[in-house]
Amino acid sequence: MTPAAFEYHAPRSVADAIRLLGELGPDAKLLAGGHSLLPMMKLRFATPTHLIDLGKVPGLRGIRQVGDAIHIGAMTTENDLLTSALLAEKLPLLVEGAGWIADPQVRYKGTIGGDISHGDPGNDHPALMLALDASFVLAGAQGERVVKADGYFLGMYSTLLEPDEILSEIRIPIPPAGTGWSYQKLKRKTGDFATAATAVQLQMDGAKVASVRIALTNAASTALRANDAEQSLIGQPIDNASLAEAARLAMAICDPAPDQRGDAQYKVAMCGEMTRRALQAAWARTQH
Amino acid sequence: MANNHTVSFKLNGKPVDVSVEPRELLIHTLRERLAHTGPHIGCETSHCGACTVDLDGMSVKSCTVLTVQCDGSEMVTIEGLEQAGVLHALQQAFHEEHGLQCGYCTPGMITRAWRLLQENPDPSEQEIRYGIAGNLCRCTGYQNIVKAVQSAAKKLAAAKAASAAPAAAAAAEEATPAQQPVTA
Repeated sequence: MTPAAFEYHAPRSVADAIRLLGELGPDAKLLAGGHSLLPMMKLRFATPTHLIDLGKVPGLRGIRQVGDAIHIGAMTTENDLLTSALLAEKLPLLVEGAGWIADPQVRYKGTIGGDISHGDPGNDHPALMLALDASFVLAGAQGERVVKADGYFLGMYSTLLEPDEILSEIRIPIPPAGTGWSYQKLKRKTGDFATAATAVQLQMDGAKVASVRIALTNAASTALRANDAEQSLIGQPIDNASLAEAARLAMAICDPAPDQRGDAQYKVAMCGEMTRRALQAAWARTQH
Repeated sequence: MANNHTVSFKLNGKPVDVSVEPRELLIHTLRERLAHTGPHIGCETSHCGACTVDLDGMSVKSCTVLTVQCDGSEMVTIEGLEQAGVLHALQQAFHEEHGLQCGYCTPGMITRAWRLLQENPDPSEQEIRYGIAGNLCRCTGYQNIVKAVQSAAKKLAAAKAASAAPAAAAAAEEATPAQQPVTA
């Protein structure tokens, strides 16, 4: 319950936060919503000697349309996502996904940037970002770089983010009108991490799949994009045979860790089932 | 490394200054320094919501907030809901609908419901259950808590209608949707 002692810093700009990261070195951690970091510190899994609180940095929070993309500040909370009229209209997959994350109190504090940066395969945003074809703005002492979500997640708690960088913004292309979406999450109870979950964005051309993105949560040490499953669907109708084949190919890339949510075999099977359901639900929401 | 920080915030309308180590959790500051022992501690993994307080218009689990993060904040705890000896509608409704037994989750539950009803004054049963999913209860089985929140929502709507009625009598026709009848 009691974290180890640390020093607290509350910079007032991204530049100051980056400078502090550089000065204080790897024992410093960024504090966002605090709903992954503080729990780990309370159990002494993490014992940073400095916390750099991003809560007082202006400009890191907010949702806006820029051209044909949506830009979301990294400190935007899950509750902000859930209640955004702009997102409900333009990126309903993200709103649906946020509604399955944690509980109301956690959603008032937990941020989209923190959920992504944590790199926990149990978190929902990594797969949602893969399905949404998101990019991340990483700010460092040398300036900004923009990287794709696809390729960002390297391993358990490990991402492309360098220790002296801050994930400052998430950029997501607005999908064309008529796009279907779904996030299907199997969990033991409200607020739990997924036993298995699948995010889908789907566009049809008449009766055939024109384009599809499929991503899996908690199916391996990172969120996974199910490329083979996507490829198998292109040009196909959505029917029992194509769904079964996509689910089979999604299951083929799963390598889940057995734990109290089930053994690997169960989780793989559930990943297939969530993929099938997500595709079906997304298809029902397409204009086809 | 005990470099203390002075943190100032408003607690139930009253200004408060505390000097805390950065690692001090808000729930401990409230309970141990400020003697607001209504918010409770039921876990160390941020699940139970017994420590829920209202911080700048948000329900937060005060076990997962550092007191140093709260400088300049406005906070409401269960101790701040009663006004001049009159229970808040939620407190009254939890009593009338038997929405508590041991009472350990109750401060967090009511403080959460207080924010929920401000954001959604007329929630469905499903919205209430989803809206209090961050608050665990071992005693009630939740059923009577849902009834209590429903009852309080009706009372608050009726009170709002009553207080608005004399002043806004002229504007009433065009103004507002029909209020729930007072059947609580």
